[in-house]
Amino acid sequence: MELVNAEKNLRKRKLISLVLKAGVWLCGIMTVGILIFILLFILLRGVPNINMEFLFGTYNSDTLSAFSSIVTTFEMILISLLVAVPIGVFCAIYLTEYAKRGNKAVKVIRLAVDTLAGIPSIVYGLFGMILFVNILGFRASVLSGICTVSIMILPVIISSSEEAIKSVPDMYREGSLGLGATRLGTVFRIVVPTAMPGILSGVILAIGRIVGETAALIFTSGTNVLESPTLDLFASQRTLAIHMYMLASEGLPHSKDMAFATGAILILVVFLVNLATTKLAGRLGRLGNDK
Amino acid sequence: MESTRKSHFNEKFMQAIFFLSALASVIAVVAICLFLLIRGVPAIGEIGFMKFIFNESWKPTNTPPSYGILSMIVGSLYVTGGAIAIGVPVGLMCAIFLAEFCPPAVYKIVKPAVNLLAGIPSIIYGFFGMEIVVPYVREYFGGNGFSVLSASLILGIMILPTIISISESSIRAIPYSYKEGSLGLGATKEETVFKVIVPAAKSGILTSIILGVGRAVGETMAVVMVAGNAVMPIDKIRLLKPIRTLTTNIVTEMSYASGLHESSLIATGVVLFVFIIILNTALSLIKAKSLRN
Amino acid sequence: MINNDKIKIENVNLYYGEFHALKNINMNVKEKEITAFIGPSGCGKSTLLKSLNRMNDLIEGVKINGKMLLDGIDIYKDMDPTMLRKRVGMVFQKPNPFPMSIYENVAYGPKTHGVKSKSKLDEIVEQSLRSAAMWDEVKDRLKKSALGLSGGQQQRLCIARAFSVNPEVILLDEPTSALDPISTMKIEDLLVDIKKNYTIIIVTHNMQQATRISDKTGFFLHGEVVEFDETEKLFSMPKNKKTEDYITGRFG
Repeated sequence: MELVNAEKNLRKRKLISLVLKAGVWLCGIMTVGILIFILLFILLRGVPNINMEFLFGTYNSDTLSAFSSIVTTFEMILISLLVAVPIGVFCAIYLTEYAKRGNKAVKVIRLAVDTLAGIPSIVYGLFGMILFVNILGFRASVLSGICTVSIMILPVIISSSEEAIKSVPDMYREGSLGLGATRLGTVFRIVVPTAMPGILSGVILAIGRIVGETAALIFTSGTNVLESPTLDLFASQRTLAIHMYMLASEGLPHSKDMAFATGAILILVVFLVNLATTKLAGRLGRLGNDK
Repeated sequence: MESTRKSHFNEKFMQAIFFLSALASVIAVVAICLFLLIRGVPAIGEIGFMKFIFNESWKPTNTPPSYGILSMIVGSLYVTGGAIAIGVPVGLMCAIFLAEFCPPAVYKIVKPAVNLLAGIPSIIYGFFGMEIVVPYVREYFGGNGFSVLSASLILGIMILPTIISISESSIRAIPYSYKEGSLGLGATKEETVFKVIVPAAKSGILTSIILGVGRAVGETMAVVMVAGNAVMPIDKIRLLKPIRTLTTNIVTEMSYASGLHESSLIATGVVLFVFIIILNTALSLIKAKSLRN
Repeated sequence: MINNDKIKIENVNLYYGEFHALKNINMNVKEKEITAFIGPSGCGKSTLLKSLNRMNDLIEGVKINGKMLLDGIDIYKDMDPTMLRKRVGMVFQKPNPFPMSIYENVAYGPKTHGVKSKSKLDEIVEQSLRSAAMWDEVKDRLKKSALGLSGGQQQRLCIARAFSVNPEVILLDEPTSALDPISTMKIEDLLVDIKKNYTIIIVTHNMQQATRISDKTGFFLHGEVVEFDETEKLFSMPKNKKTEDYITGRFG
C-alpha cells in the first residue's frame, strides 16, 4: 500500500530541512550581530569622549560633566539595596523556609511579587510621583527616587533569593538541625550563606536595573543637575541614565558626544553586572550538582 | 532554661519579621493600585469614561480641553504588534537554534550575548534607535524616520531576550522520547524540531510572547526617542508616520501638566496598568493550564 | 515455506567512546518471523536493536564498524537514515505518543513522507489503527489528545503509528515492560497476528514473552551473542552453558 513516492519526496524534504536549519542559524547570528552592532556603535563613539573633566569635573554647559550624576547613581544604588535586600531576602526566607505548603498567604504574596515584576517603569514613576513626591512631600528628590526604585527591585531580589535558597540541599539543614542548632540559627548560619551566590546575583541584577532606570526616576528624583556632587537626599539630582537621556534629547553635537560617553559608561556597568552574575550563577550551579 | 526561652523568643520575633517582609510586596501592589486609582479614576469620572477611552481627540491645553486617549491606546497596540511581528519569529528561531542546533562552542558566545542584550538599559536602545534606526528608516523607507516602524524595530529587538530565554528553556524541557518517536518514523531532525518539539513547547512559547508584549506595551524611554510622539487620528496612522503610545503620552506631557491634565495623564497610567493586569492574568491562566496537563 | 534473510548482520562492532558495547556480532534475521533478543541489562541487546535503524546515530561518540544489510543493501553506507527508518520502524520501551490528537499521531508519519490528501490520510489512520487492534476503541475520539489514553492504549497507538509509514521491519524495545499483564497480552497477540506482514525484532526482559511469541531467540551477554537459535531449541536444549544458566534463572 505504498501511497507516495517517498524517495522522490526526500529531496524536497531535505531542501526544506536545510532552509530551516539555515534559518535558525541566521537568527542566532543576527541576535549576536545586533548586540555587537549596538555595543560597538556606543563604545566607538563614546569611549574617545570620556575624559577626566567629564568624569570628575564641575558640571556646566561646556563640560556637561557626569560627576554629580555618577555620585547620585552610587548613592541611589547603595541606599536602595540597604532597604530592599533585607526585605527581599527575608521574604524569600519566609516563602521557602517558613510558609506551609499551599498556604493562602503564600499564594497572595507570590501573586504580588509576579505583579510587581510586570509593572512598567513608567507606572512606578507615576506612583512614586503621587506618593513620595506629592503626598509625603519629599518633592522631586533623590529620596523619592530611592523609595521608588527600592520597590521596583524587590521582585528580582526575591525571585533570585528564593531560587537560591530552594537549591540548598536539605541535608545541609538536616545536618545543622541534627547538631542541635535552632531553625533560625540554621537559616542564618547554613542556608543563607550557602545560597549567597544566588542572592548576590539577584543583588547585582538589581544594580543593573537601577543604573539603567529612566522612566521611573524622571518624575521622582528628577532631571535636575547640580554643578558638583551632593549626598543630600532631599536634593533633586539626576542619575547617569537620565543624564544620558537629557543630553541625547538636547540635540546639540557636543551634548550628543557626551551622551555617547555616558552610554559607554552605562554599557561598561552592564557588562560588569553580567559578568558577575554569570560567575555567581556558575558557583551556585556547582553547589546544586553536589546533591 | 533562660537561654532556651530567649532563643524561642528570637525565633518567634524573626518569624514575624520574615512574614512582614513577605507582606511588603503585597502592600506595595495594593499601594500602587490604590494611589493610581485615587488620582486617576476621578479624572476619568470628570472627563467621562466613554469620552476618555473612546475619543481620539487629545487637546488638553485647548479651551475647552478634550481628553481622549483612543489614539494612544491604538498606538500602543500598533507598536506592540509591530514588535511582536519582528521579535517573535527571530526570537523563536534563535531559541530553537540555542536549544537544538547550536554547537557547544557557539553556545558559549550566543547565550551570554542574549543575556547581555537583556541587560542593556532602555535609554541605550532609544539612543541607538534615534541615531541609527530613525535615519535608516528615513533614508530607505521615507517619512521623517520617527515612526511606527522605527518604534516597532527597536521594541522588536528589546523583546528578543525575553522571547529567546523563555522559549529556549521550554523547548529544552520537552522529553527526549518525543524526538526519538519522530526520528524513528523517518522524519529529519528539522522536521522533528518544527513539527513535534516546538508545538509541544507551545505553552512556554506563548508565555514568552505574553511577557514580550508586556515589555513592549510598558516600554517608555526607548519609544519616546524614536516614535515622534505626535497624536495621530486613528485613520491617519501609518507605518512611516509618527505615533504616540500610552507610555509616551505620560512622559512627554507630565513635566508641564497640572490639574485635570495631570490627572488625565495618571489616568492614562491606570489604563496601561489595566493592560498589564490583563496580561498577568493570561499568564497565570496558561500556567494553571500547563500544570493541569 | 522458507523465508528469505531480511537483515544480515556481519562482524558488527560498536563502541560508545572507549566502551566496547557490541563485539563481533553475526546474525541473520528472517523475513516475516519474530526474533527475540534476551539477556541481562547492559548486555547490548537494545544497542543492537537501535543500530538496526540507526537511532544510535543520535548519541555522541558512537562508532560502529562491520556491515548491516537490509535486503542486501548496507544501511550505514548506501541508505539515507530517514528512508531506512521509514522501512524499519521502532516502538520504544515507554509509550511516547506525541502531545497531539490520536488522529494526528498516526497521520504524522505519512504526512512527513509527503501524503497530503485528506482521504488518503483518513484511510491510513483507520488502517493502521485497525492493524493495531484499537480502531473500535478510539474511532469515536480520534480528535482527543493521545495523552488521555491508558498506558497500554498509548503503546498500541505507538505501534499503529509505526505501521502508518508502511514499514517492512518493526523493532520493539521492551514494549511491554511498563504495562500491566492484560495490556501486555493484547500486544503479544497483536504481534503474533501481524507477523504475516512484517519482520519483527523484539527486545525483552521477559523470557516467557520470548517463548510465547518468537520464532528465533538470541541470547546476549557482555556485548556478545552467546547463542542464536530457534526459540524452542534455545529454551529446551541450550547448547551453551551460559545460556542454560540464564534461562534457568541462575544469574542475570
